Amino acid sequence: MIELRDLRKEFAGVTALDGITLSVPAGEIHGIVGRSGAGKSTLIRCLTGLERPTSGTVRIGEVEITSARGAALRTARRTIGMVFQHANLLDSRTALRNVEHPLEIAGVPRSKRRARAAELLELVGLADRGGSYPAQLSGGQQQRVGIARALAAEPQILLCDEPTSALDSRTTRQILDLIRSLRDRLGITVLIITHEMSVVREVCDSVTLLADGQIENTGSIIDALSQADSPLSRALLPLPPSGRPSGTVVETLTTGISLDTALEAVRSSGADAHLDAGTVETIAGTVVGRLQFTVADAAGAQTLITSLAARDIHAEVA
Amino acid sequence: MDRTWLDNPAISSELLPALGETLAMTGWATAISIALGLPLGVWLFTTTPHSLAPNRGIHQVVSTIVDIGRSIPFIVLIVAIIPFTRLLVGTALGWKAAVVALTLSAIPFYARLVENALHEVSAGKVEAAQMMGATRSQIIRQVLIPEALPGLIGAATVTAVALVNYTAMAGAVGAGGLGDLAITYGYHRYQGDVMIVCIVLLVLVVGLIQLIGDRLARLVDHR
Repeated sequence: MIELRDLRKEFAGVTALDGITLSVPAGEIHGIVGRSGAGKSTLIRCLTGLERPTSGTVRIGEVEITSARGAALRTARRTIGMVFQHANLLDSRTALRNVEHPLEIAGVPRSKRRARAAELLELVGLADRGGSYPAQLSGGQQQRVGIARALAAEPQILLCDEPTSALDSRTTRQILDLIRSLRDRLGITVLIITHEMSVVREVCDSVTLLADGQIENTGSIIDALSQADSPLSRALLPLPPSGRPSGTVVETLTTGISLDTALEAVRSSGADAHLDAGTVETIAGTVVGRLQFTVADAAGAQTLITSLAARDIHAEVA
Repeated sequence: MDRTWLDNPAISSELLPALGETLAMTGWATAISIALGLPLGVWLFTTTPHSLAPNRGIHQVVSTIVDIGRSIPFIVLIVAIIPFTRLLVGTALGWKAAVVALTLSAIPFYARLVENALHEVSAGKVEAAQMMGATRSQIIRQVLIPEALPGLIGAATVTAVALVNYTAMAGAVGAGGLGDLAITYGYHRYQGDVMIVCIVLLVLVVGLIQLIGDRLARLVDHR
């Protein structure tokens, strides 16, 4: 549904995007993560045609955004719904009229667009707030209105630019749940740009890590996680800080197996291993864990690693 | 000095017409300045670099013309454009003639205030509309102007108050009005009562304009 081919963008000698090739299939929720300055904002601006890439192509559905101009670009943009970090609602319009706005621009008659907007507000759980102005709504409610507005013109894809970065953790969860349920119900493709790994963990099917304008890692969440030592895997499933270990540190990553199995393997190895730190999460329906043990010496560490390997659990000396 | 206050014919028979002239000059000049200054301000704003229709050349030229317009002292302008005024209204005397000079000086003033008010609209709102596939004129009419409306009304209020001030100078070309009355009777003929009544009325007019402006701005402000 979204196809980027060798996308390159330079600003006065500075390379912001350096050969991005990426494909997101229809109906998937894809996350793009990276530090600030990694090229996330430039990427989303190229995706929407707000910025023209130096070279390369962006294709959304059947439309090539990069070569579209004027009216063709405006039509193409209507197939993209965009959700912003700060909702960007018009303060002069009520929630209902904000949701109506894309339809007004597209020339849909008033009665028809009003009915559609009311439907969408109901879909995002704000059926009774249609008459409220943005200033009378909470940040989470504003973002719901923003999502309803993004969906008004029945786009094929939903682009979310840091959709939860201005929200508290509880509201973040509600918004992410909403995005997922909309994908399930409407079958739209979702691209979420974020610097929050928790967003990727909670809602994304696949993920791309951007660094210095290049793709450092990309793939399904579980695949990305499974590369135990990659920066993306560590960022997705970080270990909490632990005290200074005295001995050899062994780290293990478990995917899709019960943690009991891993602990059983540790116990049966006979190595004198202490569990220092660990993270366990259910990501994309799979239980994944990263555990850190301290073992007295290198020999003990080797015993532990062998015992874990016998049960297909990857472990290594950190 | 014999007859004063309400017995003074300058007050009993000339005050009301003078008030009417001041209101007429201010009202017409404000209305025309808004009608012409608003598009000019929008033009200034949209041609700014990184705005909707960036064009450094046009922006520079329009900006310079606006600044020249703002830098000519009103009393000089009103005399300098007498031929133009004659061409437009047939005479260079009276309040209608004064409206020409008042409007000409208020248009660039209001246009700059409009430009500033539009800069206050966050770029994100414009971007959101662009993402909905809005045309430039849709963005101007549906996003920029409605979102900046409280500021635009505030700017119109400031302009109207400045125009009340300028109507006094328009007396120099026989425009009439409260300012003219105050100078002619209060100053040249030492009639302090006329001076005081005119000042009080001018203060009331300005206060009323400010009150209406503030009310209107609050009415459309949903932030």
